Amino acid sequence: MSKKNSRRQFLKAGIAVSTGLAASNAVADDDPLITQKQTWNQELGSGVDERPYGMPSPFEVDVKRRSVPWLTADPVSSINFTPLHELDGIITPNGLCFERHHGGVAEYDPSYHRLMINGLVDKELVFTMEDIMRFPRENRTYFLECAANSGMEWRGSQLNGCQFTHGMIHNVMYTGVPLRSLLEEAGIKSNGKWLLAEGADASGMTRSIPMEKALDDCLVAFKMNGESLRPEQGYPLRLVVPGWEGNMWIKWLRRIEVGDQPWHHREETSKYTDLLEDGRARRFTWVMDAKSVITNPSPQAPILHSKGPTILSGVAWSGRGTIPRVDVTIDGGKNWNMARMSGPSFDKSMHRFYYEFDWNGSDLLVQSRAHDSTGYVQPTKDELRSIRGENSIYHNNGIQTWHINAKGVAENVEIS
Amino acid sequence: MLKFLKLTATICAMSVPIYADTANLGRLATNAEVNAWNIDVRPDGLGLPVGSGSVAEGEEIFVEKCAACHGDFGEAVDRWPVLAGGQGTLTDDRPVKTVGSYWPYLSTVYDYVYRAMPFGDAQSLSPDEVYALVAYILYVNDTVDDEEFILSNTNFLDMPQENSEGFFMDDRAMVEYPIFTREVCMSNCKQTAEVILRAAVIDVTPEETAAKAIEAKTKSEIEINLDNELIVEPNIEILNQELVTAGAKVFKKCKACHKVGEKAKNGTGPLLNEIYLADGAQVEKFKYSRALRSASENGLVWDDVTLRAFLTKPKKFLKGTKMSFSGLKKDKDLDAIIEFLKFYSQ
Repeated sequence: MSKKNSRRQFLKAGIAVSTGLAASNAVADDDPLITQKQTWNQELGSGVDERPYGMPSPFEVDVKRRSVPWLTADPVSSINFTPLHELDGIITPNGLCFERHHGGVAEYDPSYHRLMINGLVDKELVFTMEDIMRFPRENRTYFLECAANSGMEWRGSQLNGCQFTHGMIHNVMYTGVPLRSLLEEAGIKSNGKWLLAEGADASGMTRSIPMEKALDDCLVAFKMNGESLRPEQGYPLRLVVPGWEGNMWIKWLRRIEVGDQPWHHREETSKYTDLLEDGRARRFTWVMDAKSVITNPSPQAPILHSKGPTILSGVAWSGRGTIPRVDVTIDGGKNWNMARMSGPSFDKSMHRFYYEFDWNGSDLLVQSRAHDSTGYVQPTKDELRSIRGENSIYHNNGIQTWHINAKGVAENVEIS
Repeated sequence: MLKFLKLTATICAMSVPIYADTANLGRLATNAEVNAWNIDVRPDGLGLPVGSGSVAEGEEIFVEKCAACHGDFGEAVDRWPVLAGGQGTLTDDRPVKTVGSYWPYLSTVYDYVYRAMPFGDAQSLSPDEVYALVAYILYVNDTVDDEEFILSNTNFLDMPQENSEGFFMDDRAMVEYPIFTREVCMSNCKQTAEVILRAAVIDVTPEETAAKAIEAKTKSEIEINLDNELIVEPNIEILNQELVTAGAKVFKKCKACHKVGEKAKNGTGPLLNEIYLADGAQVEKFKYSRALRSASENGLVWDDVTLRAFLTKPKKFLKGTKMSFSGLKKDKDLDAIIEFLKFYSQ
């Protein structure tokens, strides 16, 4: 029944652009994969416990994080990218979540981890991981996007692949304790308006966070997608700051200081500020604006079949809420179509969209445009440039265009 | 351990009031613990420790501990952060954002240098050393011009930062949000849509991906279309990562004389970056043996065959070479080291 339904939906979508879709199925010679017995049909495979921690099939070896070596001076303070073009649904597998470290991955025994709360509190406290895991916990799914995602594209198309243009993002279900619970345990003094969150790694990462956000929806998380945080994601403990730029999600979280004003530390002055055309800069640009990208087809994921039924797919997200709607164009914005949303729609989480169409084999200019639950619509890159100039690095949420040629090869372009 | 428990017990007994609606999890932090971790510094001076240091002292520390990445005068090496200069460039096409031109607060420099620098040896500097380094950074930014200038916790807040007024609170909610909260056009929205910029023209995508694009095209039996401007280097070879890693181990035998990588220089033997497919004697400023120089003039190029032959028995392949190495006997070591050298030739 469900098969039938999806088939009908597909036909419906296809009919708009073409007729005679189901004219005839191709005829082929006998397929030896069917007519002959294969080894795996007859020989026994490996038993249980052969892979106590399961890994992807060796045929998936290309599905991995990749970096752009020229971007940074040293791999220890650098970034790599999630292979969005290889993924589907909304959850990013733990081993594929992009990495951004400022002093490498700190790896240590979780029983050595301490979280201190100090400053303008009634009681300055120290928690072990055991203590933290005795607080009531919650499960919530959020995207984490680096503010610099798409930053290399401010001046024009640069990198060929959505992994590189949009891969500083992952979407994970976190298990953790509301930060509010820990702060209440310490007791916030009435002049405590800001927090400084600090990491235990060699960069001693710090960010100032307004108290309102901390008490609203921040988590102190120890699990991702059901298992312990990966070392590269801050094992054993990280801060989750839903909808806000990834740099604030302090990894290896070791200290929360309560204060009456922000600290203006390096990552909120020298970095993660947005220099505008007039030479002044926005600071504390925390919220991630609504954004989307078509992951397939894209430069790393060309169309490998000939004309006919074609799946276009992508992801969308907003730091302000959910994504009820994404529009897709295949003709460079002359005409738009509402994409089909599929999968759970969580607040400040990634959303999956599809647009199924009958490709006629000619060039395509594909774009997606996200609408978030507050009514904000993803702007074009030129609209952003007209307000911010070209010296911004962060918060580029402009509409991405891929040119697909008649051979199915995709390229990162900008269009008139 | 007993001592520790006793201490905790005493503190608890003495000072924990009853908080009715909390979980009473965790324990009170001691003063020593808070002091050990509470290292942050704020623009109003909160957190600045007592101490002082001069420009001249700072220069000495900087040259020793910082200049390898930041350059002797904060001008930076490679892509490491530039610390000095750039004043007046914030409206330029390519602004130079440094401590002098962009950073609004000097406290940020103190905080960051102490918490995270030197890279790889964080929190190893004394307050006096940090004051001295901050003084030197002020000096290379022309904020102070006297090498005898001493920065301390008492004059710290008097130091001006050129761009202290250059920042304002995020105003996207007022400036952008209303514009982008709108009805959208769905059909016949524009007449034309032409490509005006393409990534392939710049072509800075990592090679592996470009190679994969070709592979994908081959798979689908698509010819490379010369018109599509996809510029791909002809000699891309996909390296075997495992071999490269194994090669790094083999290279330990070579390390005493040869260096590779970004900061590598000639040693007893020549620098080995870019050696693959290079002329026999190509490294600048290295004094090769006469034998190698003449072989190079006669067309010796380091490819799979010549590297393998040379590294199997150096003195047999090249009589008169200065390289005092007996050679690699195992094929797998040879495969690995060649792959490793290719990696440093990309």
